Amino acid sequence: MTLTVPTSNRSALRWAISDVLVLARRNLIALLRIPIALVFSIIQPIMFVVLFRYVFGGAIHTGTNYVNFLIPGILVQTTIFGAVSTAIGLAEDLQKGLIERFRALPMARMAVLAGRTISDLARNVLVLLIITAVGVLVGFRPGGGIIAYVQASLLMLSFAYALSWGFAFIGLAAPTSEAAQAMTFPLIFPITFASAIFVPVQTMPSWLQGFALHQPVSVTAEAVRGLMLGTPHGANTYVSLAWALGAVVILGPLAVRKFRQAIK
Amino acid sequence: MTEYAIEANDIVKTFNDGKFTALGGVSLQVPKGQVFGLLGPNGSGKTTMVRILSTILAPTSGSATVNGFDVFKQADEVRKSIGLAGQFAAVDENLTGYENLRMVGLLNHLDRSFVDQRAHQLLADFGLTDAANQRTKTYSGGMRRRLDLAAALVASPPILFLDEPTTGLDPQSRQDLWNIIENLVEAGTTVLLTTQYLEEADRLAKQLVVLDRGKIIAQGTSAELKAQLGNTVLVLTFHSPSDATKGAEIIKDVSAKTANVEGTVVEMTIDKGPASAADALRKLDASGIELAGLVMREPSLDDVFLNLTGHKAEDVPAQAPTTGRRSRKARA
Repeated sequence: MTLTVPTSNRSALRWAISDVLVLARRNLIALLRIPIALVFSIIQPIMFVVLFRYVFGGAIHTGTNYVNFLIPGILVQTTIFGAVSTAIGLAEDLQKGLIERFRALPMARMAVLAGRTISDLARNVLVLLIITAVGVLVGFRPGGGIIAYVQASLLMLSFAYALSWGFAFIGLAAPTSEAAQAMTFPLIFPITFASAIFVPVQTMPSWLQGFALHQPVSVTAEAVRGLMLGTPHGANTYVSLAWALGAVVILGPLAVRKFRQAIK
Repeated sequence: MTEYAIEANDIVKTFNDGKFTALGGVSLQVPKGQVFGLLGPNGSGKTTMVRILSTILAPTSGSATVNGFDVFKQADEVRKSIGLAGQFAAVDENLTGYENLRMVGLLNHLDRSFVDQRAHQLLADFGLTDAANQRTKTYSGGMRRRLDLAAALVASPPILFLDEPTTGLDPQSRQDLWNIIENLVEAGTTVLLTTQYLEEADRLAKQLVVLDRGKIIAQGTSAELKAQLGNTVLVLTFHSPSDATKGAEIIKDVSAKTANVEGTVVEMTIDKGPASAADALRKLDASGIELAGLVMREPSLDDVFLNLTGHKAEDVPAQAPTTGRRSRKARA
């Protein structure tokens, strides 16, 4: 007969955590081995920094030093773009048959999605630090202090993490990883540009202001900006957290459901 | 507990809201400790059946047990009892061979120290020790298949699903995989093997089921199927289609099987090999019809299909949505 193999006796929850970590580690190994992917995801925000700081910046009047207005916004945009990698990674795994293999293993059902979103979160932390350093190089001088910077970072990372569950859904629904990337574009373009990320919303036409002022990316950008610069930011922090929580509650189960149906 | 390793009752699977039927009521009884072959062309439903039995896909109706566990109600127990290796060799390209096996071992909830040892042992068994620390991106098709199979074996499952394990492989790699599979069965593993190759089914499987368009059209041992079919195929080429038609009529008594005429070529399965062929030649010679060519060959899956269904294996409608949904790259 086949030999008996020792399985460890752990609770289901501990196994689920172990599964998530095994898969997150696997994704991070890929990140380290294909550094070019990370380089590309850093080049884009750096181009935005340069473009808005030196090309458009002179024409944008915020009443303050524009670079201090810009960098918190760029950081929010960068973390949202970073969450898109969840869609691409899952679509790739699905395409290559790895999800199929995972589904035939006695592992926690949600581990594939949780492992992917968590490794993308870790990646986002790295990108956030790099772009902050780039910001400092071009003159970004946040006045809010280090604790406020950490708070602001946690806030935007939470927001991006919540969105990554939506991108997970897209990745599982897309026929290829290229399609997944293309499908996310019409979603993130309006919410990051019709927002308070690059310019004060007040300069937009009135029909756009209502959306641009209240949509969650703007709320998050204003909260992050307020925290980092040490300026008043009202209830934006709480509203942003509420959006993030709401997104996870709605998008999480949707993604898990899609995962169950992913192989038709 | 059932005496069978795998038992499926009337499995039906439809796609696109019932518009496409991948499986139209398939029942299987796979005895323990042998290779059971699921033979059929692309789109016949083999992969869908494997996906259902390995808990990846839910059927539209029907029931099944694997290792005595209900595939739908005790999916986790089933997953602990099975290994799955597929034609697309699902290995992570960015990980090394060793890391791939380690990952699968840990996801099987095996002891960490055991996983290490097991991974190295499997790499050695499958001739992958030298490539253990190379990324699988650099592996050849045959190496990928072997690693894929090794990954399916990490937890030493009593039941193994092999979905077209040798499709696209060179003869040597195919031979290697066959040897591995035979050793596994000798050690007590039950294997459900899907294949498009009669030769492969013949070599490995004790019992066979032939699937066509989601239905079982024949079953039995390989010898029984061959007896049904005739042992040899006689292929005669004539100078003109009318000669071919006349020729087929003249030799019709040589075999109990009907000859298949296509253009100038007549194919006929015969039971007695050279004796039947000589008989056919004598008859043709006496009638004065001249032959352009003569070949005798082993029956292929096409012949099985032609005999059982009246159509060739390739006649099956284009790829079913089961695999057509995603354009995967078969790299082997």
